[in-house]
Parts: sequence; C-alpha cells; structure tokens
Amino acid sequence: MHPAFSVIFFTTCSGAGYGLLAMMGIFGAADMLPSDRWMGLAGLFFALGLVTIGLLSSTFHLGRPERAWRAMTQWRSSWLAREGVMAVLTYIPAGLFGLGWVFFETTSGLWAVAGVITAVLAWLTVACTAKIYHTLRPIHQWHNDWTVPSYLLLSVMSGAVLMSVLIHLFDVVNPYIQALTVVTLALGWGLKTMYWNFNKSTCGLPSVNSAIGIDAAGDVSVLELPHTSDNYLMKEMGYKVARKHADKLRTISHVTGFALPLVFSLFAMFVDGYIALAAVVIAWGLCSLGIIVERWLFFAEARHTVNLYYGETCV
Amino acid sequence: MTSLPTYTNKKLGLVIDLDTCVGCHACATNCKEWNAGGHSAPLTDYDPYGAKPDGVWFNRVHSFEVKRGDRPNLTINFPRSCLHCDNAACVTVCPTGASYKRVEDGIVLVNTDKCIGCKLCSWACPYGAREFDEDEGVMKKCTLCIDRIYNENLDPEDRQPACVLTCPAGARHFGDLNDPESDVSQLTAARHGRDLMPELGYKPTNKYLPPRARKVDHADIGAPEELEPIEADGFLGWLDKVLSK
Repeated sequence: MHPAFSVIFFTTCSGAGYGLLAMMGIFGAADMLPSDRWMGLAGLFFALGLVTIGLLSSTFHLGRPERAWRAMTQWRSSWLAREGVMAVLTYIPAGLFGLGWVFFETTSGLWAVAGVITAVLAWLTVACTAKIYHTLRPIHQWHNDWTVPSYLLLSVMSGAVLMSVLIHLFDVVNPYIQALTVVTLALGWGLKTMYWNFNKSTCGLPSVNSAIGIDAAGDVSVLELPHTSDNYLMKEMGYKVARKHADKLRTISHVTGFALPLVFSLFAMFVDGYIALAAVVIAWGLCSLGIIVERWLFFAEARHTVNLYYGETCV
Repeated sequence: MTSLPTYTNKKLGLVIDLDTCVGCHACATNCKEWNAGGHSAPLTDYDPYGAKPDGVWFNRVHSFEVKRGDRPNLTINFPRSCLHCDNAACVTVCPTGASYKRVEDGIVLVNTDKCIGCKLCSWACPYGAREFDEDEGVMKKCTLCIDRIYNENLDPEDRQPACVLTCPAGARHFGDLNDPESDVSQLTAARHGRDLMPELGYKPTNKYLPPRARKVDHADIGAPEELEPIEADGFLGWLDKVLSK
C-alpha cells in the first residue's frame, strides 16, 4: 500500500499523543504525578497538541478535506467514523481534567474520574484506528491478530517515552514510571518483531486462481496488462518503491525505534540530573524516528489482493 | 447509513463468460465512453495524449496464461469490474454515507456529493473495482449503468449496461441473479458460474463462467483420426489415373 506521509504522521503523532494523554490521566488520577499547574499544563498541552496536529494532518490525505466533518456520521458501521467520534469525545474529559489540574491544581476526586475516562477514551481512539486496518480483509498483513495489540502497545510505548521526558523535566522522582518506559519498550520490540516475522512468513488466502475464478490445476501468469502505464490501483495498492529497501529500513527501526531507546531509558534509571534528562530526550528522538520508519513499513509492506491481478503470487 | 441492507429485492449483475471473451477491450472502451458523460461524469483522464496516459476506468481487461502441464496453454481474457457484492465492505467502511447499496436492485453506488475522498473503500475492495478521481477528489465506480438500464428514453433492448451491449463475442450477460428463472441465473447454473475470491466472504453478485474443456483431439469432436481418400470415377477418375502416372 502507498505510504501516505499524512497518514504515517497522523498515526505516529496521535499515537504518541494519546499514549501520553492516557498516562497523564492514569498517573494523575493515581496521584503519582505532582498536581502542580505547570506539570499539568506542559503534559496536557504536549499530549493534546500531538493529537490535534496528527488529526489535522490526517485530513490532508483526503480528496475533499472541507467535507471531513461528514466522516463522523457513520459510526454504526465504519471504524473510521468511530475513530473520528472517539477522537472528538476524548477532548471533553481531557479538557475537564486539564481544567482541574491547571486551574485548581487538583487531580483527585471527580477530577480523577475525568482523568481515567480520558485514558479509556484515548486508548479506544487508538483501538479504532487499528480496527480500520484490522478489518480490511483484502490485506492479509493488516487483517490479523497482531494489528490491534501492536497499535495499542506502540501508542502506550511512545507515550511512556514522552512521559519519561516530562518527569525528568519536572524533576519528578518516580522509578515506576521510568521502569514502565523500559518495560513497554521491551514489550513493544518483542511484539513488533513477532508481527514482522508473521508477515514475512505467511501469505493471504486468495491466489490468482481464485481471483480470476480458474481453480483448475495450472500456473497462471500475466500475459497482458489492461493498461500501458500505472493506474490508481498500481500507485495506491501496488506501491513497490518502499518495499525495495524494506530490510534496511527494518534494521533502522529495530535499532532506533526500540534497541537504543531501551538502552538510553535503562541508563536514565541509574543516573540523575541533566545526564538523565539528556538520555530520555535522546531516547524520545530516536524512538520517534524508529516508529515513523515502522509505520512506513506497515503501509509499504501491506500487499493488497488486487496485486494478484498484476502478477503478485503472495499477497 | 452505510450499513448494508439485509436483503435486496433484486440482485442485478453481470455474468461474464471467460470461455468466449476474446480480450478485445470493447467493453472497457464503451464503458468509458458512456460513463464519461453519464451518472459519474467526468471520468477524468490525466495526460491522455502524453507518454504515461492514466485515468479513471470502471472496467479493465486483463489477459492471463494458464500453463497446464502436457496440455496446451490456455489464454484467459479477464474483464474486471465491480461485482456489486452482497457483503460489500466498501460500503460499511465508508465514514460519510457516500457509499451505499440499493435495496431495490442491489447496485453499489457512490454519492460523489458526500464523498470525502479518504480512499478507504478502495482499500476494502479485494477486486480493485474502485478508482479515485484525482481531479474531483472523490471515489468513482461502476454504476451498472443505472442511467441506461432504467432509461425510458432508450429503446427497451438498449436498456442494458454499455459493456454488455457492445460485447462482440456475446461474453457479457446482464440480469437479475436473485431470480432463479432469469437467463443469467440459468446460465450460471448450467455453466457452473463462479464467485471471485470466495474465501474472503464478500459474496459477489457477478459471476464468471469458467472456460469449457478445450477440444484438442479428433475424438473430442467425433472425427476420424485420418481422412480416407475418396475413390473418384468418370472424368475425374480418368484424370486422376492420367495424372498419377
């Protein structure tokens, strides 16, 4: 599938934003973070900022962005519509939670409830995004049991990496939060590695024989294409340029998205002050790059069944 | 709502005969001609006279070769267009309600006034039936020529999809696949019509008739192995004798 930059940016940016937002909600409600005004403002501003920039960016890949509001009407059948609805709904408790934290400097009582609701809605929004891909049966690399857990875990992971930066900025000493970052990086790495291996070793059910209704034994090969130059289907579903460098990109993603952030985050647990802050900032920068590469591969390595008509044998 | 109807009164669709299709692209060309001025007009072309012409088409004709061991290879010409599925995921994924399946005849359509051009429907279609119009920023697809089949300004015999009318090989048939007595249903039953990619569960309305067994041997058509020379008499017999010397 064609890796549209606006969609890659949207899923990675909002993924991290929702991850951080959920952690602000949970840790805030659990009183694990100081209810200091500036802490709340910085964390929620950053989380909601990433979410908002991501959501706006997603409208840039639309053919008719001015009609984007219509995308929330069909929540009864469409995961894309549900994603839109959840994304907007999340702002309500997040706004209330922010009100308590920033203006009244409290995150307990009813404000804590708003925090927990914010976290649940943030996770549901990410789950809806994942379901958009998971429910597409023509794309075996997405229509499998790895897609939803992977989106959720990588969102939590990139949120945790950001949360590390935040607690070090505000000198919050909380080994649990930093340990959670290390654990989610390790889990995310493991899950994504298994997901990549699954995609590498399996093909979808349809074959070119079933695609053209000829199940008689015989090798089917393309004799003539219907058109002389690439059409929409080949540009959108048959995007091959990015796949050419897939293995190199995967190595980059392994190293920058998971391995190095894991090392730097672990290192930050044993040092303090500016060294620890530098370590978590480096972890965040590397992780962001690695996750963008990971998302690029998520699209570029997805092989739609329409490619069977254009000569692919494994989709 | 982009939820699918639980039933449709009719199931209008096409039956395409892969045995007789000659791969001439007339169906694709006439589809483009009619629809460029019809319900979904314009069907935009990009760089039509340039080095890499591209554009929106609702029908594409592929050609495949089937290698079958010691038997002769088989050429399959395969026209690919919207199959107007019962279980059309292109409709349910649509976030705006622009994509819908009609209760009265099962035709799947796009309301281009509501479409936001998110392209998700084209991702959800395993068959590549939908093509995005970059100029208009909306998705387009086969309408089964709704502006022909119900068009009272046309003679009754012309109220058929453009691809069906133009096919010189008679390889395309149009009708109600919900009615077991219809010509298309009878043809599908007699020729073991097939669903494409049935494993994905889209339940397409359109059916494809697989090629008949090829007649490669004299016995297949009841002919003798060799032709016997005819014994001539009269003038021809005399001529044969003279020339045989």
